[in-house]
Amino acid sequence: MNCGSEKVIYMDNNATTRVAPEVVDAMMPFLTDCYGNPSSMHTFGGMVGRAIEQARAQVAELLGADPEEIVFTSCGTESDSTAILSALQTYPENRHVMTTRVEHPAVKNLCESLTQLTGHKHRTTRLMVDEDGLLDMESYKQALSDDTAIISIMWANNETGVIFPVEEMAAMASERGILFHTDAVQAVGKIPINMRKNTIDFLSLSGHKLHAPKGVGVLYVRKGTPFVPFLNGGHQERGRRGGTENVASIIGLGRACELAAQSLQDENTRVKALRDKLEKELLATIPKSMLNGHPEKRLPNTSNISFEFVEGEAILLHMNQYNICASSGSACTSGSLEPSHVMRAMGVPFTAAHGSIRFSLSIYNTEEEVDLVLDKMPAIIANLRELSPFWEETE
Amino acid sequence: MWEYTDKVQQHFMNPQNVGELEKPSGTGDVGSLSCGDALKLTIEVDDNGIITDAKFKTFGCASAIASSSVLTEIIKGMSIEEASKLTNEDIAEALGGLPKEKMHCSVMGREALEAAIADFKGVILPMAEGEVVCECFGVTDLEIIRAIKESDLRSVEEITNFTKAGGGCGKCEDRLREILQQTVEGIAAEKTKPHKDQRMTTLQKIKKIEQVLEREIKPTLKKDGGDIELVDVDGDFVTVSLRGACSGCQSSRTTLKEYVEKKLREQVVDTLIVEEEK
Repeated sequence: MNCGSEKVIYMDNNATTRVAPEVVDAMMPFLTDCYGNPSSMHTFGGMVGRAIEQARAQVAELLGADPEEIVFTSCGTESDSTAILSALQTYPENRHVMTTRVEHPAVKNLCESLTQLTGHKHRTTRLMVDEDGLLDMESYKQALSDDTAIISIMWANNETGVIFPVEEMAAMASERGILFHTDAVQAVGKIPINMRKNTIDFLSLSGHKLHAPKGVGVLYVRKGTPFVPFLNGGHQERGRRGGTENVASIIGLGRACELAAQSLQDENTRVKALRDKLEKELLATIPKSMLNGHPEKRLPNTSNISFEFVEGEAILLHMNQYNICASSGSACTSGSLEPSHVMRAMGVPFTAAHGSIRFSLSIYNTEEEVDLVLDKMPAIIANLRELSPFWEETE
Repeated sequence: MWEYTDKVQQHFMNPQNVGELEKPSGTGDVGSLSCGDALKLTIEVDDNGIITDAKFKTFGCASAIASSSVLTEIIKGMSIEEASKLTNEDIAEALGGLPKEKMHCSVMGREALEAAIADFKGVILPMAEGEVVCECFGVTDLEIIRAIKESDLRSVEEITNFTKAGGGCGKCEDRLREILQQTVEGIAAEKTKPHKDQRMTTLQKIKKIEQVLEREIKPTLKKDGGDIELVDVDGDFVTVSLRGACSGCQSSRTTLKEYVEKKLREQVVDTLIVEEEK
């Protein structure tokens, strides 16, 4: 199938990323010749088992973790569910859960349906964010309670890229003996992470956000953390996750983690510079545009900009004409009728929330691509504003 | 990614009649920034009651812009009387259809037109006088009841798709279910009354037949592995072709007469005769 990938200007890397060619190379043998089952007794299968252990070591290396702390799963959502439900089963008497208002649906919707899942009524604290998308540490401290079963706070927000001080928060939790989970799906590979230097108990990551394929994720489980599996079955993953391994993708994820460690600097210098150029010039050339999210405490690749008085889906479709891929927090793109919960939690005014566009870059983006986007965007916004009944009123 | 028809894309990329008439005979201003879509329609009406010009300004997604643009094209040259009869389905149809979640965009078009006509006539729309059911989007019970009747809505989800009611916090869902039930019961009661006036145009008849086939007859036949297609409608003669397990089935004649014909007579016109394609 020709999907036109060669012409695409892909700035939607927080949605998913291109599988690195090196990752594809690493995976190929496991999709062809090396089809053995890693649990088999014969050498043919055993070799595959050893390859998985190598991948585990590669993931552990990127996270500053021990290989036995790495559990392969099918996706970030499975990792999130596993961590949170494990904690609730470990401490069935603890009926308090803490999270934020800006979590990814994988955590947000899970926390909203805990009663159905566990049969118990839980108190859920959903921490507010300020207009920059930052959490208030005071309210966090105050919400910690003796019956808190689990705290789940994302490392970096997928829509704005805003980074939360999860290590600091985990330290406070661990002083009180409370389990701490972080959805680090957007953070891993973009900012340095060293699990040896913090007290986070569970961390979720997803392969396809860091140039590995879709359908593979990881749950980091700190050594000594009580754990109840989500998928029960065979002895795979040392009994922590039943089900025959998604071998090729696991191998791919291992290689992707190795590559991510190598490109971390590039991500934080060159990619960041591209992002900054894009952002600075869009804000300068397009009137009534504003940045969503704290300007510094942010991932190096993400820029979320609101263009007031126009609607996000309409902007995206115009960008689509030039093969520019990005995302929006507008109501019409979410399939619901309200703008994104992140924009609402930050109190972004309606004039701007519906017109928010997220650009998320990767190491594969070039300056030429940024220039092309900068060339096209002002006219797209101006044309849509011509149509908008609210625009002239502000002129 | 929404599946938009070529027509929607054309009207979105090259919207027609954009702007605002300087001295409009009527103005319709509906929606708001907070709702995520808004439309300002201005119309010019001549002494004979014909809409001679129409312009729009829209804040919203592609289907909102396309609905507004096609609306201005449709109504130009229409008499006020004709334009008053325009439904949201007409707007959606002119665009070759809209994704079901986007039907509210066509409803917005119809609302703006009604508001513009009311403004022209100097009357106040009754819709605004209803009781607000959905606080998030300011939708009244009268608007909801009307949408249920006009578009034959059968679930809360459909109500949300057409009117946006219930699409925000969702607190009004129970009330929507209640309104739906009452309205549907009301429609059913009306239907059992003998229809005196059955003068449907052929087009209306075909549409109605297709609707009954899609909504009721097809799903039932499919349960038994069968299917049905409408081939032709000529006066009261409806030609269909039975597919799948139904074709060649011994009891297909019974199915046709006892089930399909009966259903269509009940719900469309009671003189219809259903025959299988030879």
